[in-house]
Amino acid sequence: MATTDVSERPAKRLSASATKRVLPGFGLSLGISLFFISLVLLLPISGLVIRTAGMGWDQFWFVITDPRVVASYKVTALAALAASLFNCVFGLLMAWVLVRYEFPGKRLLDAIMDLPFALPTAVAGITLATLFAENGWYGQYLAKLGIEVAYTPLGIVVAMAFTSVPFVVRTVQPVLEELAPEDEEAAMSLGASDMTVFRRILFPTLWPAVVTGGALSFARSLGEYGAVIFIAGNSPYVSEVISLMIFVRLEEYDFPAASAIAAVVMTVSLLLLLAINVWQGRYLKRLHGG
Amino acid sequence: MPNAILSTLKLRKGLWFSALALVFSLAGGPASAQERELLNSSYDIARELFAEYNQMFAKHWQEKTGETVNIQQSHSGSSKQARAILQGLDADVVTYNQVTDVNILAERGNLIPDDWASRLPNNSSPYYSTMAFLVRDGNPKNIQNWDDLIREDVELIMPNPKTSGNGRYTYLAALGYAQEQFGDDQEKIDQFMSDLLGHVKVFDSGGRGATTTFVERGLGDVLLTFESEVNNIPELNPDKNFEVIVPKVSFLAEFPVAWIDKNIEKKGTEKLAKEYLEYLYSEEAQRMLAGFNYRVHDETVKKEVADKFPDLKLLPIDEIAGSWEEAMETHFASGGKLDQLQRQR
Repeated sequence: MATTDVSERPAKRLSASATKRVLPGFGLSLGISLFFISLVLLLPISGLVIRTAGMGWDQFWFVITDPRVVASYKVTALAALAASLFNCVFGLLMAWVLVRYEFPGKRLLDAIMDLPFALPTAVAGITLATLFAENGWYGQYLAKLGIEVAYTPLGIVVAMAFTSVPFVVRTVQPVLEELAPEDEEAAMSLGASDMTVFRRILFPTLWPAVVTGGALSFARSLGEYGAVIFIAGNSPYVSEVISLMIFVRLEEYDFPAASAIAAVVMTVSLLLLLAINVWQGRYLKRLHGG
Repeated sequence: MPNAILSTLKLRKGLWFSALALVFSLAGGPASAQERELLNSSYDIARELFAEYNQMFAKHWQEKTGETVNIQQSHSGSSKQARAILQGLDADVVTYNQVTDVNILAERGNLIPDDWASRLPNNSSPYYSTMAFLVRDGNPKNIQNWDDLIREDVELIMPNPKTSGNGRYTYLAALGYAQEQFGDDQEKIDQFMSDLLGHVKVFDSGGRGATTTFVERGLGDVLLTFESEVNNIPELNPDKNFEVIVPKVSFLAEFPVAWIDKNIEKKGTEKLAKEYLEYLYSEEAQRMLAGFNYRVHDETVKKEVADKFPDLKLLPIDEIAGSWEEAMETHFASGGKLDQLQRQR
């Protein structure tokens, strides 16, 4: 009796300290989380996969390599790339202004930065199409310069950039806030030019956040429908985006084909997110000397 | 003190009860006079039309049976509406702008019999329209017929045939013209169609979108859409002086209606649903439809509005493409004629 008492006590203490967590009920909360993840994420995705699995491999291949669909991959990917590159520069600039400067209306500007997320994308699309049309506020001046935006691939880029810019701003902002101005001041006091400070001090710390934000913005742009559809012009092989091709297949009551194209987009987005996560993990490890 | 509190409590309770009683009596009032419900699933641009028709029909139904009827409307692209019904939306009647979207309810869902089109007069299509052009003030490019559309300097706006019934109709109307013009010369027909599609500046995803692009954004020289829609635009935008051009040859665009047998059996709305659709053929309703710029079958009304609808040769689907099934298969399915014509040149 006495011996068991003694041997149990330390073991109990050890296990208690090992499982001690701030919030109680880990098993229950994990169970609920997994349950809802299954309901909200995994079930729809597996539905998509099952729909696609209904067709044979050659059929699947035929659907996803249809020339018109392939053209839309190109249009979508190029436009998303252009939009996310623009966002990397513009978003970094916005984050910089919001973190480093004090000015009246700063809080308002900070709040407005999230507007593209809050705004229904269809509203964004209609507004952008109105502004950039040949008789619109911006469009009439651009037209004089010979630049057509609305109803061209450029319009797609504009719509994608608009809906995904907060990704970059909101990823870069916290990193910038962490960054102490002392390093820059030290560099300047040693005679470094603004450009050198940016290149040597700021950029090395900021670029992982910029890349992450850019990649998120790219992934989001791949699937954008609402904002793009109103400004794209939807000309075959020129300005049709991939989400329109999915919609077209649905309109033909061809549910398996729609799922097949959707599955391609989903796989690309997933791979992209996975790549960012792996890369970020490695980067952090190296940063912390692990 | 306690007494006072008690009495206020009682007063409050009394107030609550009377309020509740009022609510119940209000809610119960119409229910006791038997309010019937009906759900009409329809296409996008028929919102205003059916809002007016519903009032007219409710009045007619009350005179006939003494019942009040509450008609719900649901509008979006008619293929989207048909998909919703296939997935379980229990609409009592459908009023669409494409035969294929009603057909799918019979094929995929077994919700209606295959011969639904023969249950009401004129292929179950109480009204019809055709495809026409809208041009800018004074018709600066002098557009009169289909062959003017492929002139070098002309830009067109039309809905995408892949996503819009409206766009498919326009495509078929142009095809009908080309067939009349070139007879059996398939190469010339293809050349004409490919030229026409090549002149399209914007393919909007739906009919209203195309109207907005042409009217609000000021793009293109010609808008191609339903005659009914084209006629509405100058009425709504008197300051812009648009002109309506009805070509000599065009497509007979039927607007099919059907009651959904499975749903009305379940809901017990058979008589109501059938009457709702049959009443569309009455002189009164036909006059209202003509007011919305649709062509109608009723002889009296037809004479009244003759000057509004110019004479033209209307080609039905079987003359242009055999049948709707064939048209969908050869022209609009992926890899079909439309895809071939639009293949990157």
